[in-house]
Amino acid sequence: MNTIRKAHLIVAGKLSLLVVGMFGFGYLMVPLYDIICDITGLNGKTSSVAVSAPTESNASDRLVTVEFVSVVNSSAAWTFKPVQRTMQVVPGQTYNASYEVVNLSGHPAVGQAVPSVAPSSAAKYFNKIECFCFTRQEFEAGGRKVMPLVFFIEEDLPRSIDTVTLSYTYFDTGEEPADLSDS
Amino acid sequence: MSTATADHHDHDDHHGPAPGLMRWVYTTNHKDIGTLYLLFALVMFFIGGGMALIIRAELFQPGLQIVDPLFFNSMTTMHALVMIFGVVMPAFVGLANWMIPMMIGGPDMALPRLNNWSFWIMPFAFAVLLSTLFMEGGGPAGGWTLYAPLSLQGGDNLAFVIFAIHFMGISSVMGSINIVATIFNMRAPGMTLMKMPLFVWTWLITAYLLIAVIPVLAGAVTMLLTDRYFDTSFFSAAGGGDPVMFQHIFWFFGHPEVYILILPAFGIISSIIPTFARKPLFGYASMVYATASIAFLSFIVWAHHMFTVGMPLAGEMFFMFATMMISVPTGVKVFNWIATMWRGSMTFETPMLFAIGFLVMFTIGGLSGLMLAITPADIQYHDTYFVVAHFHYVLVPGAIYSIMAATYYWIPKWTGNMYDEKWGKIHFWVSTVFLNVLFFPMHFVGLAGMPRRIPDYSMQFADWNAVATIGAFGFGFSQLIFVYVVYKCIKGGEKATTEVWEGADGLEWTVPSPAPYHTFETPPAIR
Repeated sequence: MNTIRKAHLIVAGKLSLLVVGMFGFGYLMVPLYDIICDITGLNGKTSSVAVSAPTESNASDRLVTVEFVSVVNSSAAWTFKPVQRTMQVVPGQTYNASYEVVNLSGHPAVGQAVPSVAPSSAAKYFNKIECFCFTRQEFEAGGRKVMPLVFFIEEDLPRSIDTVTLSYTYFDTGEEPADLSDS
Repeated sequence: MSTATADHHDHDDHHGPAPGLMRWVYTTNHKDIGTLYLLFALVMFFIGGGMALIIRAELFQPGLQIVDPLFFNSMTTMHALVMIFGVVMPAFVGLANWMIPMMIGGPDMALPRLNNWSFWIMPFAFAVLLSTLFMEGGGPAGGWTLYAPLSLQGGDNLAFVIFAIHFMGISSVMGSINIVATIFNMRAPGMTLMKMPLFVWTWLITAYLLIAVIPVLAGAVTMLLTDRYFDTSFFSAAGGGDPVMFQHIFWFFGHPEVYILILPAFGIISSIIPTFARKPLFGYASMVYATASIAFLSFIVWAHHMFTVGMPLAGEMFFMFATMMISVPTGVKVFNWIATMWRGSMTFETPMLFAIGFLVMFTIGGLSGLMLAITPADIQYHDTYFVVAHFHYVLVPGAIYSIMAATYYWIPKWTGNMYDEKWGKIHFWVSTVFLNVLFFPMHFVGLAGMPRRIPDYSMQFADWNAVATIGAFGFGFSQLIFVYVVYKCIKGGEKATTEVWEGADGLEWTVPSPAPYHTFETPPAIR
């Protein structure tokens, strides 16, 4: 009877290790997912790092339409709009665009924009030299800002893509603005 | 065998169940715990069914008549949670408790005290889950999949739901560890793995699936909990997280989960069809390998639930073809069941009727699943009633019918009495007619574009929704016949023989009916 008891405990022990391991695997999927998104451009995640301007090259013969979209996260009190709705751009050349944001809440707030590109396969060809999404913005109550974006689309953008949609979602980070509260 | 039988009678005199109600609280007997699980599942079946009837009553006509949309949404959410975690899973665990030790010639489950715990956690978990309906703000209403960010924007019921899911998960994992230990260590000498009945095989594989994926679900809901209450940002884009990641983690659990809900059913059907066809199961070994392949494939198809989130083309292609591949081992199974019946001396007692009903209607659900697997088509079908029709066809005439077939098949062994054959057959036919009246029209409204999880709909869908609601009430109330038959069988009836069914094969049919409190304390001889 003792040997069978031992056998039960061995099976139960091994399976319990598997349970703990799979719980850990659930959490391991979080960094794995980020890595896979980085490699494949899944979900239209653009690089969050500024790149340098393209070296001047022979101008491409085609035009790509860039559409600008803005979304305010449901719980945040902001107006957030692109200054221009669409632009015709030549791949390989640098362009300026901007978004306007107003803090509608009656108190100072910190906002953060999160970009996304559709179709997602265009994400890795969409490069930002300068972007307001790289930093957070601090606002006084009712504060307004026009925020710049400098970008270019790589010439390698597949021919099948003639429209690229750039979408920003604006979030209230829920933090207190640091320098405003000092003043 | 007859000597073994005599032994049991002796033991029965000394070690009967303890008297009084506390027997059920303290019991470590696999048969008692199996009964508790099955009765719990039956009670939850009517609670979950009541929720379904509220949903169908609201959908009888377009417009809002009976409930407000928030309550409607919490009904769809709770109906799913109750039916999956409270009915199908406990019923299968109950059948495993009753039958696995008897089928492999073991005296009891390997870890009897753990077994008692696994069961008694469940009523508390469901009390917590159902109590959210009576809280301020109502129950969870974001769908049973708890997709972030929607589930994070609801009320504080989320904390209770997560607590309940953790406890259901602990119960399932403990039950599964117990089943694996039982199958590995408690088999009678000579009962090799490839001699085990298929119900035991399918449960062994299911137990591994549960142990592998329930912890992933536990991780996913823990992330929801910390996102909601402890300022983490796993799924919040503002903090660098990604809501789509929740869907990936959830469905990594969710897809194996749907096989957890159907593999034991395959085992049951593989026991019943040979009995009533009076032929051994066709292709036993291929059945075992098919089950194992389905279990393996279930881990690499999860993103077919998310074709519309915007995956790269290569990802969509991979998940489409991997999903379609599952139809190969499933097709092997369906072929084997049909081949078992081929030229058999078939009779059509109630368990066989339910098994054939399973075979026909589960295959309908399987074929609509194949349609949904086609990525370009799925973009049209996604989140419509076509999906609702699909998974109800595989779960109701699939999982639920197999549980009912199993009940009719083994209840003479459990109670020692034959059930009422006439009422059993009436139950089957009434259920089957109403079930198709209920679910078949959902294909039509789904293809026409009716979205799921909505309390109101466009006028064009009115006729078929009215038909479905009539089917729902017919199906719901016809389950009272099942309760009547089970009750009557427990109370008395024609005495069942040891073998019960003429063509039955297996160790459970060598012990007397009703099965004594302790069976196989001395291992049986295996042919």
